Amino acid sequence: MPFMPVKFNLQKRVKLAQGLWMLYWFSVIAGILIFSLGIFFKIELRKRSEMMDNNESHLVPNLLILVGLLACGLNAFGGKVCHDSLDPIKFSKWKPMLKTYLLLCCGFNVLLVLVSLLCFLMQFSVYLTLAEGLSYAIRFYKDTDTPGRCFMKRTLDMTQIEFHCCGNNNFRDWFEVQWISNRYLDMSNDVVKDRVLSNVEGKYLMDSVPFSCCNPGSPRPCIQHHLTNNSAHYDYDHRTEELNIWTRGCLEALFSYYSSLMSSIGVFVLFAIILESVDMAGLKYLSTALETMAEPENPECESEGWLLEKGVKETFSDLLTKLKTLGRTNQVEGGDAPEANT
Amino acid sequence: MALLPVKFDLKKRVKLAQTVWFMYWFAVLAGVLVLSMGLFFKIELRKRSELMDNNESHFLPNLLILMGLIACSINVFGGKVCYDSLDPDKFAKWKPMLKTYLVFCVGFNALLLVTAVLCFLMRIPMQFTLAEGLRNGMRYYKDTDTPGRCYMKRTLDLMQIEFRCCGNDNYRDWFEIQWVSNRYLDFSSKEVKDRIGSNVDGQYLMDGVPFSCCNPSSPRPCIQAQMTNNTAHYSYDHYTEDLNVWKRGCRDALLSYYGGMMNTIGALVILVTMLEASVTVGMQYVHSSLCNLANPEDPESESEGWLLEKTVKETFTDIMDKMKSMGKGVKVEEGEPAVETVS
Repeated sequence: MPFMPVKFNLQKRVKLAQGLWMLYWFSVIAGILIFSLGIFFKIELRKRSEMMDNNESHLVPNLLILVGLLACGLNAFGGKVCHDSLDPIKFSKWKPMLKTYLLLCCGFNVLLVLVSLLCFLMQFSVYLTLAEGLSYAIRFYKDTDTPGRCFMKRTLDMTQIEFHCCGNNNFRDWFEVQWISNRYLDMSNDVVKDRVLSNVEGKYLMDSVPFSCCNPGSPRPCIQHHLTNNSAHYDYDHRTEELNIWTRGCLEALFSYYSSLMSSIGVFVLFAIILESVDMAGLKYLSTALETMAEPENPECESEGWLLEKGVKETFSDLLTKLKTLGRTNQVEGGDAPEANT
Repeated sequence: MALLPVKFDLKKRVKLAQTVWFMYWFAVLAGVLVLSMGLFFKIELRKRSELMDNNESHFLPNLLILMGLIACSINVFGGKVCYDSLDPDKFAKWKPMLKTYLVFCVGFNALLLVTAVLCFLMRIPMQFTLAEGLRNGMRYYKDTDTPGRCYMKRTLDLMQIEFRCCGNDNYRDWFEIQWVSNRYLDFSSKEVKDRIGSNVDGQYLMDGVPFSCCNPSSPRPCIQAQMTNNTAHYSYDHYTEDLNVWKRGCRDALLSYYGGMMNTIGALVILVTMLEASVTVGMQYVHSSLCNLANPEDPESESEGWLLEKTVKETFTDIMDKMKSMGKGVKVEEGEPAVETVS
C-alpha cells in the first residue's frame, strides 16, 4: 500500500515538472543567500576579532558557506533533472541516479537541521568569548606602544562610538583599570604619586572614562573626568545624570548584535529546510509518476506517484532488516575465513 | 543628398529593430538609475540640512528626478514602437507621431547634457551654503534648550565623528565661540568671571574643543581642554602634537563628500546622455528605413535609411526658412485686419 499516492495524467505531470523546476531555482537562490550570509557573518567576526581576543570560533560561518555551496549544487542538479523529465530519452540517463540523489538530499536536510541548531546554540560561546575578550581589551587600552596591541585603543574607541556603549558591563569598569599609559604620566607630580600608591598593584586609577564613552545626545558638554565627584562640576549630580555618557555595557551591545544576526540566519536556514523538503517530495512524486506509466511507449497514459512505495512502518522495518542482513553477512564472512585457513 | 544613408533589406531592418528595442530597455534602466540617484542626493541633502541652515538648494536633485521619470517614459514608448515596427499594421498607427517624438528626444538629450554640466557646477553654491551653515551650526552648538536648535549639538557631534573633522576651517574655530551653555557655568566662580570679562562680547571662551573632535587613533588619551597650554599636560607640545584631534575642517570634509557625489552623478548622466543619443539615432534609422520602402506593399523590399533627409546645411536653412515663414505669417495676419478697417 503506497504512502500518499496521487494519480497523474500527462497534463498533471507536465505541470508538476514545471512547478518543481521553478521551485528548484528558488532553492538555488536560497542556497546563494545562505552562502552570502555565511560570508557576511565571517567578515563581521573578523572585523571585531580583536574584541574577542582573536579566539572566536569560525565553525558556524564556515558551515554556512559549505552548506550554501552544497545547496546550490544539489538544487541545480535537481532543476536539470526536472527540466529533462518530460523528454523520456533525456530522463532515462538520470533515472538510475535518482535514488542516490534523494538519499543525498535527505542527508543534506539533516545537515541543515544541525546548522540551524548550531546557529542558536553557538550564541553562548560567542557570549563567553566576548566577555573574556572585552576584559582584555580594556586592560590593553593603554598599550599603544606594544606591538600587537597598538591598535586596541582605536578599535575599542570606535566600538564604543559605534555601538553606543561604555566599558564591559558598564562605565565603572574603566575605574578599575589604568587606561592612561605611564608615558603620559608625570611621575614626579604629587597627585600622580598619591594615586599610584593608593592601590596594591601601583596602578594609576581614576574615576574617569575615555572620550568615546561620551553621548552626543547629552545637552551639556561631555563630563568624562571626576565622574563621581559632584563638586567638581557645576550643577552636576552623578546619580541623576543620565545622558552624559553611554550607560550600556559593550558586552551587552555586541552580544545583542551578534545574537540577532545568528538568530535571523538560523530562522532563514529553517525556511531553507522546508523548501528543500518540498523539493524532495516533489521530485519523488515526479520520478515515481514517470516510472509507473501503464504504457511506457505512450506518453499520454495515466500513472501513479507516491512518497513511499510501502507504508511508513513497512519501509522502516525493511530498512532495519537490510541493516541486519548487512551486519550478518559481515559476521558470516568473518567466520568463513578461519574455516578456509584450517 | 541624405546624411549618412544606409541600405536596408528585410533582414537588416529586423536586426536593427531588435537591437534598438534592446537598447531602449537598457535606456529605461538608465532612466531608473538617474531617478534613484536624484532621490539619493535629495535624501543626503535633507539628512544634513541642519548644517546648511535649512537653506540648501534642492534644484539639482529635483531636476534629476524629473529627468529620470521623463527618460523612463520616452524610452518605454520608444521600445514599444520598435517592437511594433516590424508589423506594418501596428507601425502605421505610430508613424505620424514619430517625427515629433524624435524632435522631442533631441531636445531631451540637450536637457540631459545641461543637467550633467549643472552637476559639476553646483559645487560652487554648495561651498557658500556649507560655510554659512557650519558657522551658524557652531554658534548654536550650546543652545540645547532652544526649540528648533536643541539637536544642533548632537548633529554637529555626530558629523564631526563621522567625517573626521573639527570646526569650520580647523579646530581653532572652537576657540572663538562659546560652546558651553551658560546653564552649566558657575557664575560665582572667579575663573568664569575672569574669562567672561576678558572679551568684549562677554562670552566664555576657552582653548578647548568638544569631545567629537578627538581622534581615536591617537596613542594618548584625548586632550580636549587647555590645548594651547603645554604645561597643563605632561609631555605635550601643541605645535608638534599631530594625532590628538582631527586636523581637517568640516567644510572641507563635507564639500569633498558632496563634490565627489555630484561628480559621480554628473559622469553617469553624461553616459546616459550618450546612450540616449545612440537610441535616438537608431530610432531615426528605423523610422526612415520603414518610410522609404521601394515597394510599399512588399515587406521584403529594399529601402534606404538615413540620419537626416538633406545635409546638415540644407536642414538648417530649411528650419530657418520655416521659422521665418511662421514669423511672416503672424505679421501678415496682423496687417490684414488693419487694411480691412481702413478701407
